[in-house]
Amino acid sequence: MINITINNKVIQVEEGTTIFEAAKQHGVLIPHFCYMENVHQIGSCRICVVEVEGGKTLMASCVTEVKEGMIVHTNSERVRDVRKVIYELMLSDHPKECLSCWRNQNCELQDLGNLIQISEFRYEGAKSKDIIDTSSPSIVRDSSKCILCRRCVTVCNDIQGVGLMNPHHRGFSTFIGPSEDELLGESVCTNCVQCVLVCPVGALKEKDSTAIVWEALYDKTKTIVVQTAPAVRAALGEVFGYEPGMLVTGKMASALHELGFNYVFDTNFAADLTIMEEGSEFLGRVKNAITAPGKNDVLPMITSCSPGWIKFIEHRYPDQLSNLSSCKSPHMMLGALTKTYFAEKMNIDPANIYVVSVMPCTAKKFEITRPEMFNNGLADVDAVITTRELGRMIKDAGIDFRNLPDGEFDSPLGLSSGAADIFGTTGGVMEAALRTVYELVTGRELPANNLHITPLEGLDRIKTAELKIENPLPEFSFLAEVTVKVAVTSGLLGAAELLNEIKKGTSPYHFIEIMGCPGGCISGGGQPRPVNDAIRTKRLEAIYREDEGKLLRKSHENQDIMMLYHDFLGVPLGHKSHELLHTVYTRRSKN
Amino acid sequence: MITKDEVCSVHTSTQKEKFDLLGNVIIDYDRKESNLIQILHMAQAIFGYVPADVQYFIADQMELSISKVNSVLTFYSFFSTQPKGKYTVSICLGTACYVRGGKEVLNKLKSVLGIDVGATTEDKIFSLSVMRCIGACGLAPAMTINNKVYKQVNPNKIPRILGMLK
Repeated sequence: MINITINNKVIQVEEGTTIFEAAKQHGVLIPHFCYMENVHQIGSCRICVVEVEGGKTLMASCVTEVKEGMIVHTNSERVRDVRKVIYELMLSDHPKECLSCWRNQNCELQDLGNLIQISEFRYEGAKSKDIIDTSSPSIVRDSSKCILCRRCVTVCNDIQGVGLMNPHHRGFSTFIGPSEDELLGESVCTNCVQCVLVCPVGALKEKDSTAIVWEALYDKTKTIVVQTAPAVRAALGEVFGYEPGMLVTGKMASALHELGFNYVFDTNFAADLTIMEEGSEFLGRVKNAITAPGKNDVLPMITSCSPGWIKFIEHRYPDQLSNLSSCKSPHMMLGALTKTYFAEKMNIDPANIYVVSVMPCTAKKFEITRPEMFNNGLADVDAVITTRELGRMIKDAGIDFRNLPDGEFDSPLGLSSGAADIFGTTGGVMEAALRTVYELVTGRELPANNLHITPLEGLDRIKTAELKIENPLPEFSFLAEVTVKVAVTSGLLGAAELLNEIKKGTSPYHFIEIMGCPGGCISGGGQPRPVNDAIRTKRLEAIYREDEGKLLRKSHENQDIMMLYHDFLGVPLGHKSHELLHTVYTRRSKN
Repeated sequence: MITKDEVCSVHTSTQKEKFDLLGNVIIDYDRKESNLIQILHMAQAIFGYVPADVQYFIADQMELSISKVNSVLTFYSFFSTQPKGKYTVSICLGTACYVRGGKEVLNKLKSVLGIDVGATTEDKIFSLSVMRCIGACGLAPAMTINNKVYKQVNPNKIPRILGMLK
């Protein structure tokens, strides 16, 4: 243990602790800006400077480790003066358009100015170049607002392994983004938008789709259908002041009805459908691999629900595209069914149906523009808004969210099992698939703790499990005594690790679940800020609570899914399924 | 290992030969990200500058993003993404050269060549750049043209020095 003095308080902390962490552990809060615990601690903004007695200059507390006998002052006259000047200099190159900025009252730079009592602009200097890039369907980049904290650089490189966001040039000419002549919309950007999630200011924002959704809502000639992803219900409450982890499923359904959507469907319904299709596809591939090796037996099969992950593999591992399940992501399936099955059932012209998806994800904004996601010239889904955008619309409409009664999803695309709920979190798709696949193969329930596969839960980067098949039903006798090996990862760095194994031919797995964002959809790029591991854990627990609170917990027991197959689709992987629910992938260049 | 001298002797090669050579350089450097700066040095020696297609080539060969390569490249003023003239005229503006009139020499160079710092004349003969101390303070103000050092230059000497090169 190391003895140090902070603001005249003598404290003991472990060796290797930074001054910032030591202070925090003992109730001293040091104003900071670029710091993100365990993610981004590089001392780039210098706001967290402190005075160390005997030191020539002030030191950035987030990167300075404690030393025995250190005497630290965090709020001396010198520290407070310097902190203010650093902030004011930052502000001197920042457009002061707060009132019309989309981050107004939700901006870390504003909060900090308020915290350290800034009341005037003392410096007016040159302004750095403003580059506004609107080429991407998911992100808008406005470099005039960037304060060069480099958080986006850390997540894009060290967490997602994409390497697109980087500093270019140096000194006053520095800007952060893709290289000078590269546009986000034409780059290797996966649209995961984890960069937008960590941007403290308005330099990176999701491409807004609320305007087109309002327009559709006002168009009385259209039937407006909305669907919501599983992760939205576990985070939307945060926009309205609830603690992270509060489930607001019922209030969300009511709010959507109040906004004027004609039908409120649940993407979870299509998650159950995905399990039927993907589970059947998996069993087919395994059967081929065991009984007729060499043909159509590409294993491991990898899940395809996460469009950020899909674009990543298309750029980085184009030779591995056949490992992907051919299933569209659930909201695309639901969109396709809305404009066919539902349109037929209700006798509505599909051209007059407008489908909006509420997603935790910004990559879905790109996904709906893919040419494969059109059927008979109509887009499966017409617009995607994120959890944050829905929150803004509800507020804008004057809906008193906290006092709403619990509403329900509409039939026939609204009923879902608990297995569908867990699609929203890392490990969930795999668990949901195994609940169904194991039961289809053996006729018995998955032998697990309350249907949960413990090794696949939690936020570890790569999680693995094995499941031995004993006494299968006669038609699956080829699986007897086979140990099925599965792996789960979230975040694209983990994906790259697993893909490198596949490329080398050393992957031991049969089935892999990959979600593009760390933690899965619960911390997708479109979710409320902030996102950190504590909040991820609370949302994850909420998702599991939603699952456990349902009587129906397995996709293949969903009666509305059975009805859909009976009335419309026929069988999993049948002709109609292939036409509406499955897709193909595109080889893209590495750069 | 390919040496810088070998690399510098390729200015008459075809584009394809230049890319092949750069490919070999990258293999020599084990495609390691930590060798990126050395590889960029060699690329600039081979091509004279590092344009976008060379950056893409390096990125693909090294399995890096183009953004990463561009990030390192644009950080260092030594590297250029624009073609250089036959002669690169560099004036030193380190402290000694500055106080002995380096700035006036630079202004004269700008007006005689009709270009700004970092640019190249239309006839592709001259490029103009600024250095911060080349360790020749005793010769201040110092100027270099390609690898030759000119000592104690003053604005009046500039037209004659440049005229002799053309």
